[in-house]
Amino acid sequence: MNVVAKTETGRALGDAFAVVRDRLPGKGKIADQRREAFEAYERLGLPHRRIEDWKYTDLRALMREVLPLAPAPDAAALNRAAAAVELRAIDGVRRLVLVDGAFAPDLSDLGNLDKGLSIRPLREVLDAGDAALSAQAFASDTSNPMIALNGAMATDGVVIDIANGTVLAQPLHIVHVASGATPTAMFTRSLLRLGRDTGVTLVESYLAGDGAKAYQTHDGLIVAIGDNARLDHVRLVEDSVDAFNISSATVSLGAHAHFNTFGLTSGGHVSRYQLTVTCAGEGSNVETNGVNLINGKQHADTTLFMDHAVPHCASREIFRAVVDDRAHSVFQGRIIVRPDAQKTDAKMMTRALLLSDDAEADNKPELEIFADDVTCGHGATTGALDESLLFYMRARGLPEKEAQALLIQAFVGEAIETIASDALREVAIATAQRWLQARA
Amino acid sequence: MSLLEVKDLQVRVEEREILHGLSLTVNPGEVHAIMGPNGSGKSTLSHVIAGKPGYEVTGGQILFKGEDLLEMAPNERAAKGVFLAFQYPVEIPGVTTWNFLHAALNAQRKARGEDEISSPAFLRKVREVAKSLNIPQDMLKRGVNVGFSGGEKKRNEILQMALFEPAVCILDEMDSGLDIDALRIAADGVNALRSPERAMVVITHYQRLLNYIVPDVVHVMSKGRVVKSGGKELALELEESGYAQFEDAA
Repeated sequence: MNVVAKTETGRALGDAFAVVRDRLPGKGKIADQRREAFEAYERLGLPHRRIEDWKYTDLRALMREVLPLAPAPDAAALNRAAAAVELRAIDGVRRLVLVDGAFAPDLSDLGNLDKGLSIRPLREVLDAGDAALSAQAFASDTSNPMIALNGAMATDGVVIDIANGTVLAQPLHIVHVASGATPTAMFTRSLLRLGRDTGVTLVESYLAGDGAKAYQTHDGLIVAIGDNARLDHVRLVEDSVDAFNISSATVSLGAHAHFNTFGLTSGGHVSRYQLTVTCAGEGSNVETNGVNLINGKQHADTTLFMDHAVPHCASREIFRAVVDDRAHSVFQGRIIVRPDAQKTDAKMMTRALLLSDDAEADNKPELEIFADDVTCGHGATTGALDESLLFYMRARGLPEKEAQALLIQAFVGEAIETIASDALREVAIATAQRWLQARA
Repeated sequence: MSLLEVKDLQVRVEEREILHGLSLTVNPGEVHAIMGPNGSGKSTLSHVIAGKPGYEVTGGQILFKGEDLLEMAPNERAAKGVFLAFQYPVEIPGVTTWNFLHAALNAQRKARGEDEISSPAFLRKVREVAKSLNIPQDMLKRGVNVGFSGGEKKRNEILQMALFEPAVCILDEMDSGLDIDALRIAADGVNALRSPERAMVVITHYQRLLNYIVPDVVHVMSKGRVVKSGGKELALELEESGYAQFEDAA
C-alpha cells in the first residue's frame, strides 16, 4: 500500500480507511462518527499550500507516501520501545506508554492510582461503549482535515479523568514510541478531563525505538480544564529525523482555570502541532510557550489558535525557533478576541534565530479583535547570532560552537523558564543541550 | 624572546588601509602605553591582535612567543595567553557571568591540555578576585554585563584578566567612561596583575590613566604608524603639546 505518487496521497489514505475501518475500536455511533470524520477529511483532502493555514506546510508536497497502519506491537517491538522509553525516562512521573499507536500496559504504570485519578486505554473505553465519553473524544473539529483524519483512524490512546478537588503531585507522562521494524502510520487520540479545583502536570514525549525511521505519528489530545483547575503541560518531540508527526491539541478552560503549556520540537522530519485553546470561562489564564530546535532538512510547524470567547482572560505566548542548515520553522499564532471578551489581555512574541544562510523561519502572528476594551499585542523578529557577542566570547577562549551554544541556550531560555516545575525545566534544558551537543 | 612582536603590520578595513606598517616589540614584564588621536589606528591594532573578524591583514606579521598569531582563531589566541580588555564590553543577556567565566576558563584549559577546574575551586577563585575588585557576588549571577555601569563593566574585564592569567594584556581605552574613583579601582586591579612574566599594552587617549598605570615605554601612533617612542615622560610631553606635531610627522 506504500503509494509514492504525491498526488495520489489523499486517495491512498481513503483506501487505507476502507481497509481498516472494520478493525477500528468502537461500534455503532462511534463508527458513524469515524465515517463522518473521514468524509470530512475526504472533502477537504490532504492540506496544501493554497489553504491559508497550511501555506507553509504543504502536506501534498511533504507527505509523499502513505504508510500502512501499524500492526499491534509484538514482543520484540515492545522490547525496542521499552529501551527507548528507558533512555528518556523522567524521574518521579507516572508513565503511560503507547507503542505503535497501541496502549502498552506492561510498559505503563497503572498501579496505586491516586484517589480521584482514573486512567483507561481509549480502546477499552470505545469497546465498552461509553457513549457520552466517546462523543466527547470524537466531537472535535472536523473542519481541520488532519484532526478529522485522526478522529477517523484513531486506534488507541489514554482517557484520563481527574475528579473534582483532586490535586496530583505526581506528573503523568504519556510516551509515544514508534518501535521501528517497518515504516508504519500510527493514529492515537487521548482525552484529559480535569474536574473543578484540580491540578495536574502532563508530559508528552514522542520517541523512536532503535531502527525506527520513516514512520508517521498522528496524535490528537482533547483537554477540558474545569473551573479553578490548573494544567501544566510539557511536550517534547524527539522523533527520528525521518519521521512525520502531525498532532493536535484542543484545550478548553473553565472559569479561573490556568493552562501553562510548553512544547519543544527537536526531532522529526516534518512536524506540525496544532494547538487550539479556548477560554470558555471568565478569569482564565493561558501561557503557551515553545521552542523549535531544528537542523538538516527538518520542517517544524507550530500553529496556535488562541480563542478568547469570554471576558477577563489573559494569554501569553513566547515562541523561539533556532534553525540551522536547510531547516524550516513555522510559527503561526492567531489570537481571536470575540465580541463579548472585554478586558482580554493577550500578548504574543515570536523570535527566530537563523544559524545558516539556507535556514528559513516563517513567523505569522495574527490578531482578530472584535471587542473594544482589550489589551493585545504581538511581535515577531528574525535574525542571526550577534557577531559582536560571538567575538567577545571567542576572545575569552570559547570555541565558536561553544560560544554559539551558550547564546542559543540563552535565546531559548526565556521560553524554557516558563515551565513551572523545576524538574521538568531541567528535562527541557537537557533536551535542548542534546541538540546543541549533536551540533558541536 | 620577546612576548609580542608586531612587524610592519598593514591592515585594511573595507578597502581602506588603517595600519600602514606598524611595528612594536613587547618583552615580558613591560608595560607599554600606546597613545594617539582618534582614528590613528589604536583600536584596530588591539582588534587585530585579538583576532576580530572584518580586518584584512595585507602585510607584516604578529608573533606571540615566536608563534604566528594571525594563523590562530581568537579562542586559540586567548588560550595561548592573549587577553583583550574591551573598550566597550558587550552585554550577553541570558548567560550568567558565572557560567560564562567557568565555560571560558575550562575551554582555555582544555585547549592547553590541562584538566578542567572543579566547581568549588572555580568558585573560590572567582570570589577571591571579585572581592579584591569590589564586585558584589550578585553581579556574577546576572547576565554578563547586563545592567552594569561603565565602571562595573571595566571591573568585570579586569576580573577576567585576573582569572585567565594571560601573558599579554591589551587594555583598549580602559579609562573611557570612567570617573576618577572607578578609574582608580580599575587601575589598582591592573597594577596588582603586573608581574615579571606578564606584559601589558595600555591603549589610551589621555595621559591621566598613565598616572595610575605607569608605563615603561610610551608609543605615539598617528595615521596607522608608531611615530615616536620613549619613556613615561613622553606621555607628559604629549599632555603639554598635544598630538598635532605628529600629524605632520606621519
